[in-house]
Amino acid sequence: MDQLSQHLTNALVLGGTYALLGIGLTLIFGIMRVVNFTHGELYTFGAYMTFFAVSVAGANFFLALALATLVGVLLGAAIEVVLLRPLRSSDIDTTMIVMIGAWIAMQNGEQLIWGGVAKSIPTPFPTAPLVVGPVSVDWLRIFVFTAAILLIIGAHSLIHHTRFGRAMRATFADRDTAALMGINIGLVHTATFALGSGLAAAAGALLGPVFVVTATMGNLIALKAFAIVILGGLGNFTGAAIGGFILAFVEELGAGYISSGYRDAMGFLLIILVLMFRPTGLFRRAERIS
Amino acid sequence: MIIRTSVAALLMSGAASLLALPALAQGTIKIGVNQPLTGPVAASGQYVTNGARIAADQINAAGGILGSKIELVIEDNKSNPTEAAAAAEKLIVRDKVPVMLGAWSSTFTLAVMPKLMEYEVPMVVETSSSGKITESGNPWIFRIAPTTSMETKDFAKKIDKFAIKRANFLVVNNDFGIDAATKFSELVKSHGGTVGVVERMDPTAQDVSAQLAKIKASDADTLFITTSVEQLTLVLRQAQALRLTQRIITTGGSQAPDQLIEHAGPAAEGSYHLVFFTPWFPENAPNADVAVGLVNEWKKRGYQFAGLTEGFRGYDGILTIAAAIKEAGKAEPKAIQQAFWKVKVKGANGDIAFEKSGPAGKESGQNVPNVYVIQIKDGKVTLPAF
Repeated sequence: MDQLSQHLTNALVLGGTYALLGIGLTLIFGIMRVVNFTHGELYTFGAYMTFFAVSVAGANFFLALALATLVGVLLGAAIEVVLLRPLRSSDIDTTMIVMIGAWIAMQNGEQLIWGGVAKSIPTPFPTAPLVVGPVSVDWLRIFVFTAAILLIIGAHSLIHHTRFGRAMRATFADRDTAALMGINIGLVHTATFALGSGLAAAAGALLGPVFVVTATMGNLIALKAFAIVILGGLGNFTGAAIGGFILAFVEELGAGYISSGYRDAMGFLLIILVLMFRPTGLFRRAERIS
Repeated sequence: MIIRTSVAALLMSGAASLLALPALAQGTIKIGVNQPLTGPVAASGQYVTNGARIAADQINAAGGILGSKIELVIEDNKSNPTEAAAAAEKLIVRDKVPVMLGAWSSTFTLAVMPKLMEYEVPMVVETSSSGKITESGNPWIFRIAPTTSMETKDFAKKIDKFAIKRANFLVVNNDFGIDAATKFSELVKSHGGTVGVVERMDPTAQDVSAQLAKIKASDADTLFITTSVEQLTLVLRQAQALRLTQRIITTGGSQAPDQLIEHAGPAAEGSYHLVFFTPWFPENAPNADVAVGLVNEWKKRGYQFAGLTEGFRGYDGILTIAAAIKEAGKAEPKAIQQAFWKVKVKGANGDIAFEKSGPAGKESGQNVPNVYVIQIKDGKVTLPAF
């Protein structure tokens, strides 16, 4: 029982960041239909920017997180304007190949700048964990979970309760009609990609201090983000959030009670099952996006 | 991952090697170096490569071997077994190296081994510890690193000081980790202890709290951990967050204790580590002059001190290869292979010489290196009280 409550706590905390990553990608992959291979690199970029701000520039930890997210938003906007805007009428394969190229270039660029030795980001949180009965959690992880939840709520409100969010949903539902209604299509594309990228950078900035920062840290996490998006249904915001938590629980309990050697396989096994029985994802019907 | 090199880069490197060939043919002896310079274990591979560079520069400064300078041809195996085999093939076929150093992880080395048989080129194995490497009948393998069995044999002399009653294991899910779990479990059992849970983690996994929660629930006094330094940092931190009180002993010699102190801080406090080189006390090494020389040069070049526990492997590897080429009298694979059996090298770890290991008639070479136990105490690397 003690072990179970520890597993559940771990999964809940991990699920928050998985959800954040999934939401960022569902905006780009699910709604914009860009197979975004740079998502994991934005995550890595967010982590390195936090490291740079805290360890090199000596900034306050919380300020560093905000800065890293902001720079992530700007980098996302730049990728959209430089790489994707010229390809807006191209097919999905062309943009996919361009994004693979961008992914490789960014990853190798990070390796070149920061080197192969992992970086560690110092935090102001105490190293002694919070202990509640049999469960013990790192203060840093509690902060990460809280921040992730706040970001998810923020992103949800932005998309569902603002004029911009309505413009965004309209654009990706029917681009031509939206344009006729006076929506600036180019701006919406850039802003959506930037928002999704910012969420990835925020996830990286939050998880960088929990783990260590390396140039390849985004690879497995990007794969998981794709899995979460598919699990929740393409373009489904709530689906991606719940999908993130489901993946975390399956991994954690699978590793705890079945076999830790297959921890990362558990999630993908689940996705195979979901796709067999609900090919459009678990929550596809809950929201109509196109 | 899917597209590794752009066409332009391929053409450029092709052109560069064409231009370079005539110049190189005039009198350098090439040695292939196959290490993970990118990917999850990149730090270790870079440390080994830096050690190799120091050895090559020192040899060249002293006049080279057989009247020629040596030249390291360094290939990145990207922390991936498939890439390791491809890098070996490239080194042999395109660069025509007569001998190689590689490939860090047991999994990478095992992937390279069929290529050594195919092209008949010898390789010095500087890090990999899986028993399979020297026991599978590959006569082109010469290992200077200890096998996991050697590590356990050496640790057997000290294990009673730890009075282990019950041990858990957390190992990386590859040849290196699985082999360590098997051999150290046997050791614990043969010294009156029992084994609790044996948990595995993917080499790239960052979150291991699930495994640690299970380990915490299994009542034991000691936790053996086997993995590389990056993952070990995460394990120690997450173990602290879960208030794991089991004594931690790490194996495998790839822990870079200074990096652990820096990155894991108080979480590394009190942990024990089995290492194969002790750069903190080089004057205690069997060949103190060699060890001190390496440590001083490493510091002079501004490499991270933490990397010396890996860097010495590359250094000793190149010293061994150079000795074999000298002994052979020519830079040809077959002659170098024969010469390895005769070399006696004074390395940073200790004296290097090869014993026969594996099936008769196609034995691999295995050196018997030194193993040390250190403890992290008060944020410093210390020799345990016993």
